[in-house]
Amino acid sequence: MPLQTPPLRGIHDERGAKFTEFGGWDMPVEFDSIQAEHQAVREDVGIFDVSHMGQIHVTGPDAATLMQRLTSNDVSRLGVGDSQYAAITDEEGVIIDDTVVYRLPDEGGHPTYLFVPNAGTDEATHERWISYRNEWDLEATIDNQTDEYAMFAVQGPNAPALLEQVADGSPTDLSRFEAAYATVAGTECWTARTGYTGEDGFELIVPWSDAETVWSRFDCQPCGLGARDTLRIEAGLLLAGQDFDIESNPRTPYEAGIGFTVDLDTEFVGRDALAEIEEAGVEERLVGLQLIDRGVPRHGYDITNTEGRVIGTVTSGTMSPTLEKPIGLGYVPVEHADPGTTLQVVVRGQSKKARVETTPFIETE
Amino acid sequence: MSFDTPDDRQYLESHEWALETDGVVRVGISDFAQDELGDVVFVELPDEGESVSQEKEFGVIESIKAVSDLYAPVGGEVVAINEELFDAPELVNDDPFGEGWMLEIEPSDESELDTLLSADEYEDQIA
Repeated sequence: MPLQTPPLRGIHDERGAKFTEFGGWDMPVEFDSIQAEHQAVREDVGIFDVSHMGQIHVTGPDAATLMQRLTSNDVSRLGVGDSQYAAITDEEGVIIDDTVVYRLPDEGGHPTYLFVPNAGTDEATHERWISYRNEWDLEATIDNQTDEYAMFAVQGPNAPALLEQVADGSPTDLSRFEAAYATVAGTECWTARTGYTGEDGFELIVPWSDAETVWSRFDCQPCGLGARDTLRIEAGLLLAGQDFDIESNPRTPYEAGIGFTVDLDTEFVGRDALAEIEEAGVEERLVGLQLIDRGVPRHGYDITNTEGRVIGTVTSGTMSPTLEKPIGLGYVPVEHADPGTTLQVVVRGQSKKARVETTPFIETE
Repeated sequence: MSFDTPDDRQYLESHEWALETDGVVRVGISDFAQDELGDVVFVELPDEGESVSQEKEFGVIESIKAVSDLYAPVGGEVVAINEELFDAPELVNDDPFGEGWMLEIEPSDESELDTLLSADEYEDQIA
């Protein structure tokens, strides 16, 4: 299958980006250096092309019911312009995907939502929504708009100041997790004060045809998926397909540390299973790790107890550019999950001393 | 993008360079290799006195995004390692042919040097 290309593939190429395959998309992984891009976001501002993220639009008389029943959080709490982080779970309560649900202005008098599934999952998610809508006989229109919208993330302490220069009005009045349509570089964009870096910032959903105009108006460090990964690991945020995966690493929101996205007072697919798990408690849990010995934890490395018995697996890891320390995320039995616990990570056959840390690893917004 | 490929030394296809001076061969990785790896964060080297074999692993280099083995351009005894890299692995990015060197080998068979690529041949490979 050919890779999907973001609308700005050519622009990024001219700018000297290196590319990588991610979720079926050919995306920029690095423009200058991961370190420089990472630092720009922590200390100043950077812009990411995240057009690989999906956009699914749901409206109609039963849109609210459908969203409520297919996501783990309480959609009824969303007013127009609010957003919410949620899990999409199966009947067993296992995470299929994580997503941000935005409530758009009503359309045709009906509550209307836009949610953002992860790269490469938009088609399966779209089908899931249609199939449940039909099964439950609900009235809702579901559009997969992934190929109609680019998505940019402008992140960092100076993101508001930069957006002020480029946008009409004051989208910077938005609070954390609020969103609104705003005119940015002359283009109407869905503008949300959200992100995936642990910093203040905005995500812009931009019509594909205007993507270049909007992108080029942001005079700041372009950042690739490499820095996006190191930033989100420092912030303790999950990466779908890695920190959870329906096939290779099936996890419930409670195991993955996102129990806060589960509202058991709502009815949704997976709710009953999750109620039981919540009652019984989990056996394993995602923890932050810091290597004390020299080495870098990486996805798939074994975690052992101090006697060398394998008790878990690293799901994400990197050398933290901010802390200049090797950090990671991984699942371990709850009895080993308390911060301060000494464990080991096996790096190329050698046991390296590690310590369980609280996440986020850094102070976040 | 063009890369430095100094012609005072020789190269392995796996992007290590070898510079022979007075019977000792200094080893590092090329400008092209450091650029491909990106920010180097960790280098694992053998101890002095260990022996290495031509085209066999002698260590590991990690950047933020990747892990890669390092291969010896010639076999022999490791007579020096660049301990600076343990605290400043970024030297590999900043100065791959100079301060970013990794180890020095006393070759057991100097004729192995004849099997390496010249700068021109290596440039053709990465072009």
